Amino acid sequence: MNVVSIEWYVILGAVLFTIGAVGVLVRRNVIVMFMSIELMLNAVNLVFVAFSRHLHTIEGQVAVFFVMTVAAAEAAVGLAIIIAAFRNRETVNADELNWLRW
Amino acid sequence: MHPLLFGFMAALLVASALSVILQRSPIRSALSLVTTLFLLAVVFLFLDAQLVAALQIVVYAGAVMVLFLFVIMLLNLQLDRPSMAPVAVRGAAAFVASLFLLALLRYAVGAGGGTGGMSTAIDADFGSTEAVATQLFTHFLLAFEVTGLLLLVAVVGAVVLAKRKLV
Repeated sequence: MNVVSIEWYVILGAVLFTIGAVGVLVRRNVIVMFMSIELMLNAVNLVFVAFSRHLHTIEGQVAVFFVMTVAAAEAAVGLAIIIAAFRNRETVNADELNWLRW
Repeated sequence: MHPLLFGFMAALLVASALSVILQRSPIRSALSLVTTLFLLAVVFLFLDAQLVAALQIVVYAGAVMVLFLFVIMLLNLQLDRPSMAPVAVRGAAAFVASLFLLALLRYAVGAGGGTGGMSTAIDADFGSTEAVATQLFTHFLLAFEVTGLLLLVAVVGAVVLAKRKLV
């Protein structure tokens, strides 16, 4: 059979998600950490769409629609926070943004 | 989707995703992420999700990434010197991540009940705007309305946060 099984899509999604998680853990630039989060969201979207195709149900694609909306809202608010933080501290290094540390 | 084509796309996706977290310059990370998002849109097309693929390009690769690039250029970020965490933290991160990947793969292998390839027979309008919108405006109407409210709150919040002399 000349088609890829659902397994491979889920494995690809797991690999992409892990790359995003490593990015959040390892990078110190908050903007790059933010982009890693987008990468993780997209890995989940891939699994949603693959299962939607596999099970012949459209609900998975509707879920992707909602994930995209929330991601867009999150990007707008998150980047506004980064701009506000940069204005106060002149840095986007996560180690130096420690107001909340007691 | 042909296995060879899938392998090719998967290799490109993993390479561009690694490039996102390995580039030292934030601009290059952002452009790598745009590449990743475009490649994912192509994969979505192969999975009969035309509307989602179009949204992926318009909303993600278009709007969200322009916002990212705009902020990076606005803040005029240089190559950040200690861009990476200390070696000990990196080692710990690599360890945690490999455990995490193993746990995910444990569930990925055999997903879908091992029924082999996806069936090629599918409704002609699967993944069309009409099919998705019908679900969206019937079963998910409340969620749709709440999402609209969320976007309104996000817009107001972003304006308030980015405004001068408030924080």
